[in-house]
Amino acid sequence: MKKSIGLAALAAVLACGGANAQQVNVKIGVLSDMSSLYADIGGPGSVAAAKLAIADFTKDHPNVKVEMISGDHQNKPDIGTQIANQWFDTDKVDMIIDVPNSGVALAVSQVAAQKNKIFIVSGAAASTLTGEKCNANTVHWTYDTWMLANGTGKAMVKTGGDTWFFLTADYAFGHALEADTAAVVEKNGGKVLGKVRHPLNTNDFSSFLLQAQASKAKVIGLANAGGDTINSIKQAAEFGIVKGGQSLAGLLVFASDVAALGLPTAQGLVLTETWYWDANDANRDWTKRWHAAGAAAAKYPTMIHAGVYSGITHYLKTRLAMGAGEHDGKSVVAKMKSMPTDDPLFGKGEIRADGRVIHPAYLFEVKKPSESKYPGDFYKLRATIPANEAFRPLNEGKCPLVSG
Amino acid sequence: MFEIFGIPSQALFGQLLIGLINGSFYALLSLGLAVIFGMLNIINFSHGAQYMMGAFAAYLILQYSGLGYWAALIVAPILVGITGIIVERFFLQWLYKLDHLYGLLLTFGLALIIEGVARNYFGSAGLPYTVPESLQGGRNLGFMFLPNYRAWVIVASLTICIGTWFVIERTRLGAYLRAATENPTLVRAFGINVPRMITLTYGFGVALAAFAGVMAAPIYNVSPQMGSELIIVVFAVVVIGGMGSILGAIVTGFGLGVVEGLTKVFFPEASNTVIFVIMAIVLLVRPAGLFGRRA
Repeated sequence: MKKSIGLAALAAVLACGGANAQQVNVKIGVLSDMSSLYADIGGPGSVAAAKLAIADFTKDHPNVKVEMISGDHQNKPDIGTQIANQWFDTDKVDMIIDVPNSGVALAVSQVAAQKNKIFIVSGAAASTLTGEKCNANTVHWTYDTWMLANGTGKAMVKTGGDTWFFLTADYAFGHALEADTAAVVEKNGGKVLGKVRHPLNTNDFSSFLLQAQASKAKVIGLANAGGDTINSIKQAAEFGIVKGGQSLAGLLVFASDVAALGLPTAQGLVLTETWYWDANDANRDWTKRWHAAGAAAAKYPTMIHAGVYSGITHYLKTRLAMGAGEHDGKSVVAKMKSMPTDDPLFGKGEIRADGRVIHPAYLFEVKKPSESKYPGDFYKLRATIPANEAFRPLNEGKCPLVSG
Repeated sequence: MFEIFGIPSQALFGQLLIGLINGSFYALLSLGLAVIFGMLNIINFSHGAQYMMGAFAAYLILQYSGLGYWAALIVAPILVGITGIIVERFFLQWLYKLDHLYGLLLTFGLALIIEGVARNYFGSAGLPYTVPESLQGGRNLGFMFLPNYRAWVIVASLTICIGTWFVIERTRLGAYLRAATENPTLVRAFGINVPRMITLTYGFGVALAAFAGVMAAPIYNVSPQMGSELIIVVFAVVVIGGMGSILGAIVTGFGLGVVEGLTKVFFPEASNTVIFVIMAIVLLVRPAGLFGRRA
C-alpha cells in the first residue's frame, strides 16, 4: 500500500516535472562601473533597469525564470575580463549586459566569443564593437561613437563650426570618438587643427584647455565622458572659452552630467542621445518605476539604463521563442537578429548583421535656466535623425561578419 | 615670440603658470599630510576623503544655510576639523606606539567608508558648485587668459603654506609641537598638555585638507571620488619632499605642479605618471626625500 502511494507520488512529481520542461531558465549578469566616474550613467541604475525588465517580462510569461547578478568592473579591462570569465564558467551566466567603458567592453566581447555566450553592450560607445572587432556573440545596443559624431559633429559643422580641436580621453572610447568625429568634420568641409590626449579620470584640464585656446579652432570637441566631460566643461567656463568665441562640442553628454554641471554652466550644449526620460509619457512613467526599483531618487535615468531594459526585454523574448533547453550564444544572437525589436522605450527597431541595433537618434540642446520648469527638465529637441541615417552604413564598418 | 622645443614661448609661459596653480593644490594637501606625519607619525590615508568632505561641506552649507563660498572657506574646515578631532580621540590615539602600518590601514578604511557613504547619498556624477561672483571672469595677461579664481588659488595657498611653515618652525607654539614629537615625556614634565596638542594638530591637518577641498569645489567636479584621484599624487609629492619636512612638502608641491604642467605640453599622455617616475628616481638617489631628515 505504502509502496504504491509512494510510486504514485513519484509519478505525480515526475509528471509535474514533465510540465515544467517548458520552463526557460536564464541567468543574466549586469556588469557595470558601480563606484567610479561612470557609476551614474550606468552603475546601480542599470541594475534597477534590469530588475524592471525582468519583472515586466516574467509577469506576462511566468514560465521564464530569470536570475540576475551584478558586478563592478571598476573601469579596468583585466578586472572586467576576470569577472566575465568567472561568470561564464563558474556561475553559469548566459548573458552579460551593460559595461560602460569601451576598453572593458572590447575585452568582454572577446571573452563572450571565446566561450560562445552572449554580450549585449548598452554602456560602451566604441563603434569598433560592430566594426573591426565585431563577432557573432555581441550585440551593440544603445548608441555608439559613429552616431554621436554624425549627430553632434555634423550639426556643429553645418552651423559654422568648421575648424576643430579635440580633447580626447586616452583610451579606446576616446580614440574611436575622435576618429569618427574627425571623419565627419572633414567629410562636411571642415578641418581638424589639432588634438591632445589626456589620461582617463583627469582632474585638471586647464593645461589642455589652454592648448585648445591657442589653436584658435572654432569648436573644441570633447571626446571624453562622465567626470572628465564635467570637469572639461566646468573649467572651460572658467577660462572664458565660450565668451572668447569658441564653442564646446560635448560629444557624449548624459542627463546626469547636466545635473552635475547645473543649467547655468551647461546651457546651450548640443548633444545626441537615443532616449530622454522626459520625452513622452511612456518614458516618464518608466522613470517613476525605475526609481521604485531601487534607483536613487535624485537621479535621472540615462539612455544606457533604457538600453539595459530594452536589451534584456528583447533577449528574453528571443529565449522564450527558442524554448527550453540549452542554446549556445551564436544561435541565440542569430535569433535575436532575426526578430525585430519592439519595446515601450525605443519603439520599433532591428538588429543588423554586424550586431548593431538601429533606432532613431535625437539632437538635443540643453535648456537655459529660465526655460527649465521643474527639476530634470534639461533638454529641448532640435532634430530627430531617423534610424536608417543615425548609424554607420553596414558596408562601411569593416566587420568580418558582413560579406562584401 | 620665440619657440622652445617647437612650442611657442607664449604657450609655454601659460602652461608654467597653470602648473604653478596646480602645484598650489598639491602644496596645500601635502602640507596637511606632512604636518600629520611629521608631528604624529601617522600616515593619514583619509586625507583625500577629508579633502572631499571639505568640498561637500561647502556644497551642503550653500544648500542648507545659503552661505556662500567665503563663509564656507572658514566654516567647512572647522566642521571637518572637528570630525578629525573625533577620529583622533576615538581611534588614532591608540595607534601612536604601534607600527606605521596600523595608522595607514585605519585611515585607509575610514577613507573607503566616507567615500562609500558619500557615493550612496550623492551618486558619483558630482554636484554643481560655481565660482563666487566676486572672483568670476579673468584678465588677459598677453600670453594667456588667467581666470581670477586661479590667481586667488595661488595667493591663498601661498599664504596658508608660508603661514603654517612660520608657525611650526619659528614660533614658540611650533617649538612645543616639535619638541613634543621628539620627546613627549620630557615635554609633559614641563606641564604642557601633549595629548591635547596632538589632537589639535591632527584636527589642523584635517582642516587644511578641507580648506583645499573648498578651494577646489568651484573648479573641479565635486564628486565622492575627487579625493582618491588626488591623494595618490599627493603622497608621491610628500615622499619626494621628505615625509616629515614642512618646507619640503611646500616646495615639492609647487615644483611638481610645474613639472606636471610641462609634461602636459610635451607628452600629455604621460602626465599621470611623470610624478611617480620622479618619485622612483628620488627614492633611489635620496631615500629620505629631497628635504627629509634621515630617521
